[in-house]
Amino acid sequence: MNQYPLWKNLLVAFVLLVGLLYALPNVFSQDPVIEVSAARGEKVSETTKMAVVNALQRADVPIKADKMLDDGRLQIRFSDSEDQLKARTVVAKALPPDYTSALSISPDLPGWMSAIGGRPMNLGLDLRGGIHVLIDVDMEAAIETAVERYSGSVKTALRGETIRYVSVKESGTSIEVRFKDAQTRDRAEEVLGEELRDLDMSSADEGGSYFIRLVMSPDREREVRKLALSQNITTLRNRVNALGVSEPIIQQQGDRRIVVELPGVQDPAQVKGLLEATATLEYRLVHAGPAEAIEAKASGRAPAGSKLYAERDGTPILLKRQVIVTGDQMTGASSGFDQQSGQPAVIVNLDSNGARRMRDTTTDNVGKPMAVVFKEKRTVSRDAEGKPVRQWVEEVINVATIREPFGARFQTTGLDSPQEAHELALLLRAGALAAPIEIVEERTIGPTLGQDNIDQGMISVAVGLLAVMIVMAIYYKAFGLVANLALVANLVLIVAVMSILQATLTVPGIAGIVLTVGMAVDANVLIYERIREELGVGSTPQASIHSGYERAFSSILDANVTTLIAAVVLFSVGSGPVRGFAVTLAVGILTSMFTALLGTRAVVNLIYGGRRVQKLAI
Amino acid sequence: MEIVSKNLNIDFMRVRRAAVILSILWLIAAAAAIAIRGLNFGIDFTGGTLIEVGYQQDVQLDSVRQALADGGFDGATVQRFGTPRDVLIRVAPDAASEEKNSAEVSDRVLRALSAAADGEVDMRRVEFVGPQVGDELTEDGALAVLVALIAILMYVAMRFEWRFAVGAVAALAHDVLFTVGLFALLQIEFDLQVLAAVLAVIGYSLNDTIVIFDRVRENFRKMRKGTPASIVNASINQTMARTIMTSGTTLVVLLALFFLGGENVYGFSLALIVGVLVGTYSTIYVASAVALWLGVSKADLMPVKKEDVVDDRP
Repeated sequence: MNQYPLWKNLLVAFVLLVGLLYALPNVFSQDPVIEVSAARGEKVSETTKMAVVNALQRADVPIKADKMLDDGRLQIRFSDSEDQLKARTVVAKALPPDYTSALSISPDLPGWMSAIGGRPMNLGLDLRGGIHVLIDVDMEAAIETAVERYSGSVKTALRGETIRYVSVKESGTSIEVRFKDAQTRDRAEEVLGEELRDLDMSSADEGGSYFIRLVMSPDREREVRKLALSQNITTLRNRVNALGVSEPIIQQQGDRRIVVELPGVQDPAQVKGLLEATATLEYRLVHAGPAEAIEAKASGRAPAGSKLYAERDGTPILLKRQVIVTGDQMTGASSGFDQQSGQPAVIVNLDSNGARRMRDTTTDNVGKPMAVVFKEKRTVSRDAEGKPVRQWVEEVINVATIREPFGARFQTTGLDSPQEAHELALLLRAGALAAPIEIVEERTIGPTLGQDNIDQGMISVAVGLLAVMIVMAIYYKAFGLVANLALVANLVLIVAVMSILQATLTVPGIAGIVLTVGMAVDANVLIYERIREELGVGSTPQASIHSGYERAFSSILDANVTTLIAAVVLFSVGSGPVRGFAVTLAVGILTSMFTALLGTRAVVNLIYGGRRVQKLAI
Repeated sequence: MEIVSKNLNIDFMRVRRAAVILSILWLIAAAAAIAIRGLNFGIDFTGGTLIEVGYQQDVQLDSVRQALADGGFDGATVQRFGTPRDVLIRVAPDAASEEKNSAEVSDRVLRALSAAADGEVDMRRVEFVGPQVGDELTEDGALAVLVALIAILMYVAMRFEWRFAVGAVAALAHDVLFTVGLFALLQIEFDLQVLAAVLAVIGYSLNDTIVIFDRVRENFRKMRKGTPASIVNASINQTMARTIMTSGTTLVVLLALFFLGGENVYGFSLALIVGVLVGTYSTIYVASAVALWLGVSKADLMPVKKEDVVDDRP
């Protein structure tokens, strides 16, 4: 009696072995590394790798190892973080302009371990330090922009067919076009029906006025929202990649939020500024001289075809309404210095459309001044509902005379510092956001607190575990020791499952593990108490073991399923740290069922099974 | 070794009326505490900014307040966090001021502090929750507790019987109200982690309740004699050793977490410790008492006999 078939013993042994194998990567030391990545996800070339390695050798910075990762990045390992910091500047100098480097940590695993997919657990930001932001995408603004674009097309289409309209008005998701008479209206209806298929059209007559109403269909609206979100995610990803943070997470959450998690970031202010930035450049010709500009400022009225701007020092300037090129038409940007003046500069590349316009305009206007307008959307106030009110803030950063025609590639100066040039180039390169965003939640953990959290978590798990093991051993003797084995095996399995799933361990997650340790013994307590009861009513030791396990099973199952329900609810409704807790709780319940039922039974069977037993050490 | 005698026979159910009155009394007190004092919600729910900083030397709170006031944050709360070098600063959201509602608050506070302390300030933690997110979290949190309770009610009703399900959920509601009430009474900060702990309490307390119900069900089927009350009593007594062991070991690890886990898990571990204690109590005097009071009887728990299917096909 009480013997497991061979396959059950093998199963238990196999699961534990696999668990041990996948838990093992967590024991290895973490090396400081520098990761080099090329622009736009290209592979780091062999020559770049040689250049970096040679530069490090020349600078006398010892390298532990260098390796090309599967995704085309170059990883350089160092023995300590002091070397890593020294190497940072050396690497940055040795890299071509489009490359970025990031500091990170990476476990030093033997090759076979990586080959079977062994990886250490993901540490949450509260354990390793870093910044977590939740970003809200202003969908109303995205819709508004789309409607504005449509109303632009309406005007262009009508003008193209020389149909005269009285007014074009936008409200919400609809556009209202007014005409003088029914005939014009009907003609316009034909033209617009052809041109704007995305919109639902209807017409109406009201008190001598003739209208066409164009409404964005709900499907189209949904599409606009989806597009705004995915475009913003792409832009944010580009910006984050340009920052050179390793292992960033950029994820959609819900239907209008984006989560950005950047481990190890030390300067949250810079990160937030970059994420939220909406800056772009515009190129316009200067309309008239300073005298007219001052006059226009005084009267508050700009002459026809011009718009009043201010330079950075506040000097008024009149620019032409027509824009030569905008940020949308820029395909690339990098920062550097102007070779003649030594001023910080942004070197801009235009797409073919923009290049053609720029060449045409500059050819026709040699000797005339052209201005660069820096545009940035800023939150200026909040409305009654607490929604941010944003406005474009525009300033002229540079006015220069066109000496000769130019096209696809040119530079812009007038920025305050190399830092500003660098950030502007970064923004232009990453593209503009499709819709304005706002940071609605931020959690930043400094590196020292992260380490404290790890230490305190480890100590409380260790102390709690030890105390429980002592109590169990004293109270249940041999069986208590078996339960303790199960407890340790359970911890190993939790770590293994978390590593395989690449789930994130957080501080509440550690608390979840601590709680599982406390509750995991419950299953064994239930079984052992049953065995004692059976012994108490005079059953034989073997029969007692058998019915002890048998009878406790339904209680254990029900208790664990209900706790699992709580964990699942917690996971689906909770966010961030609460989810971390739910994951470890759920994983812990499943693994503890395995170790406490199958695991302990296998060991107990090995000790007592299949022979005559007089007395149980329980 | 044994903590309780094999023949333990305490008449738990005899005092159940007194216990129920006691439970009702402190639940009223808990509800009153929540209604009158209110919960001291953390910024997870209220929105706002929380900044934890570490100084190189011990620091006077007044000088921190002065530095904040100079930076334009005179309304900020400043308190010690664990050691004399660690300070926690809270800036409440302010509907009137755009600047106090954005993620930039922390940057400006840190700038003000390091300007006053010559850069000797170590940013340890920043949490910012926008006003709308705070509202969402409050709703989601309440929803989580409700959904968990309903899901559990359904599972227990399915596995056992509706009277047990009502008893179990009454016990859970009791534990939640008691724990939350205590947080309101003592004005301990109630944040997302504490909410997670409250949900864990639901899981734990339920575990406890199920184990005893399981035994009650078994005994109803097994014992031929005895009133429902005496059978419930016997079941509680039979599982007493297990109850003490399990809550004991759980408390041991929670105490380790409470004393060694650091300031950040203080609320979390406290809520769980309270929850484990009241959860154990409520299993006996709320769950079992309610099930008895609803008139649970032998007939309700007999296994449903399957009728033989007669194959009457030609």
